[in-house]
Amino acid sequence: MFDSLQDRLGSVFDKLKRRGALSEADVTAALREVRVALLEADVALPVVKDFIEKVKVEAVGQDVLKSVTPGQMVVKIVNDQLSEMLGADHVALNLQVTPPAVIMMVGLQGSGKTTSTAKISKRLSEKERKKVLMASLDVRRPAAQEQLAVLGAQIGVRTLNIVPGEQPVAIAKRAVQTGALEGFDVVMLDTAGRLAIDEELMAEVASVRDAAKPAETLLVADAMTGQDAVNVADTFNQKIGLSGIVMTRMDGDARGGAALSMRAVTGCPIKLIGVGEKLDELEDFHPSRVASRILGMGDVVSLVEKA
Amino acid sequence: SRSSSKLGEGIGGIFTKKKLDDESIEELEELLITSDLGVTTATRLTENLAKTRFNKDVEPHEVSEALAADIATILEPVATPLEVDKSKSPHIILMVGVNGSGKTTTIGKLATQYKAQGLNVTLAAGDTFRAAAIEQLQIWGERTGCPVVAKETGSDAAGLAYEAIERARSENADVVLIDTAGRLHNKSDLMSELQKVIRVIKKLDENAPHDVVLVLDATTGQNAVSQVGTFKELVDVTGLVVTKLDGSARGGILVALAEKFGLPVHAIGVGETADDLRPFTAKDFSRSLMGLDNT
Ligand SMILES: Nc1nc2c(ncn2[C@@H]2O[C@H](COP(=O)(O)OP(=O)(O)OP(=O)(O)O)[C@@H](O)[C@H]2O)c(=O)[nH]1
Ligand SMILES: Nc1nc2c(ncn2[C@@H]2O[C@H](COP(=O)(O)OP(=O)(O)OP(=O)(O)O)[C@@H](O)[C@H]2O)c(=O)[nH]1
Ligand SMILES: [Mg+2]
Ligand SMILES: [Mg+2]
Repeated sequence: MFDSLQDRLGSVFDKLKRRGALSEADVTAALREVRVALLEADVALPVVKDFIEKVKVEAVGQDVLKSVTPGQMVVKIVNDQLSEMLGADHVALNLQVTPPAVIMMVGLQGSGKTTSTAKISKRLSEKERKKVLMASLDVRRPAAQEQLAVLGAQIGVRTLNIVPGEQPVAIAKRAVQTGALEGFDVVMLDTAGRLAIDEELMAEVASVRDAAKPAETLLVADAMTGQDAVNVADTFNQKIGLSGIVMTRMDGDARGGAALSMRAVTGCPIKLIGVGEKLDELEDFHPSRVASRILGMGDVVSLVEKA
Repeated sequence: SRSSSKLGEGIGGIFTKKKLDDESIEELEELLITSDLGVTTATRLTENLAKTRFNKDVEPHEVSEALAADIATILEPVATPLEVDKSKSPHIILMVGVNGSGKTTTIGKLATQYKAQGLNVTLAAGDTFRAAAIEQLQIWGERTGCPVVAKETGSDAAGLAYEAIERARSENADVVLIDTAGRLHNKSDLMSELQKVIRVIKKLDENAPHDVVLVLDATTGQNAVSQVGTFKELVDVTGLVVTKLDGSARGGILVALAEKFGLPVHAIGVGETADDLRPFTAKDFSRSLMGLDNT
């Protein structure tokens, strides 16, 4: 559907036969194409602009390696900067607190919070031998609490019993209390989906945070998110404070520019990615892979790496 | 949507008593891009504007109005409600889309509207995969007073659809709304499962499903083009419903989709309750995209 960045840059650089250092004109021409590629990958515009400025400073004057074209050289620089902006290699969940460590999952409606809650619980209980308790604070979506209970049964992780009519803050308190009394290592709090601009529900989740004092507050976001990613991530971060991001539906064919947008506006690492509906389809985040995916440029990068 | 006023303010900022020049056109294009219209559509729209007004003095308001009018022209032909044809008895509507887009909720909302029109509605719990998806639809059935045909999780979705239509026929239902499990369009096994559901429905009525509605989340960016393209190709999508327009996302991708596919946009979702489904109106949508008041 999209012209690959390589094709775009090819036509820019066909005209340039000379070698040597990248001139400002070369770089500017190339970055015009990079800008379009990033926007088509759904990186948010303000993030694209900052990024282009940084790359420009980095690239002008660099020597072009003998075996590659100036276009490929620019792509390599772009890719390196992109990986850097996406963050250091895999940042693990931080559960180094007096147990139980509370992990609170937040995000827009339908982003994958409940599924990710179960995926993380499964991983912690099976791979790290943690004793995990899950609680659903979603008293709004029909059958949301049942959904988490069914998932809990599937993975053999306990869910807090459902008390009809109990409100989110009270459920959170009961979950943490049960966690402490019964020796759980981790308490997972699955919250209802909410819009970042919904003042009332954002205040509600802030009260849950104050009651449960989470060690991790994870924003669960869809990899297909468009330009709104910056508003969502920024507002959630401002109003409740985030410690990390989980990008779901990375098994789709979206280029996933939202990862860069969200990372850039919050400074929070992307800690995990969802790669399917099944409960073991959760992976660590690797910036360099996602960088090539956003650019759609895996080949050129490895080509230049070898040169 | 609520925050689209930002876009309007932006344009106000650019065009206070100014000529429409290259710089202001670029800024305008960027404002459209931040609404998810995509680079191609945004560029084309602003270039069109430039053709007629370049270097003329323009008022900010005038520019917004002109763009809103251009966008409305693109959207006008696709604004078509999803009306039940009673002669089909029953009219069979299949809801499809990627995970979490709002299919089940939209069924609850449509059922509410159809009931209010005095129609006899049957719901089919065709998401036999996701945890508690059946219970979720059953609650919508209770809320709307519609019978829900369901089997246990793990049953064959095609078989369930077949049974639901048979039952709807025997009960003289006017319309059957069939829920399906969310699936990403690039998963060929899941897409062929959906094709099988359609094949089985055709055994009962070769003209069915009469509508295949793709439910699209307004927060989605450029990937929506790939979603709609693949679903249309593989399961003959006949129209769209766009959800979550009550949020800060503006759903500008709809403009690009209308240009590329011309599929009807039946309705928009603006909340989580039964009454939060609105008709899609080209003029209102375009004006709110440009941060203009709807009068
Ligand atoms: N393909 C794919 N589907 C996913 C992934 N994560 C979640 N889903 C699906 O996305 C849909 C929504 O997931 P939920 O976990 O219910 O989302 P939620 O954020 O809890 O939704 P609300 O509670 O309604 O706000 C379900 O169909 C999940 O199976 C993923 O990584 N890949
Ligand atoms: N704010 C808002 N939320 C919505 C809207 N439509 C649906 N939702 C919410 O989005 C979430 C997902 O909706 P569902 O109807 O379960 O989505 P689905 O497509 O059936 O999901 P899967 O079956 O898991 O693929 C729920 O929390 C809904 O309440 C809308 O128009 N606005
Ligand atoms: Mg949930
Ligand atoms: Mg559903």
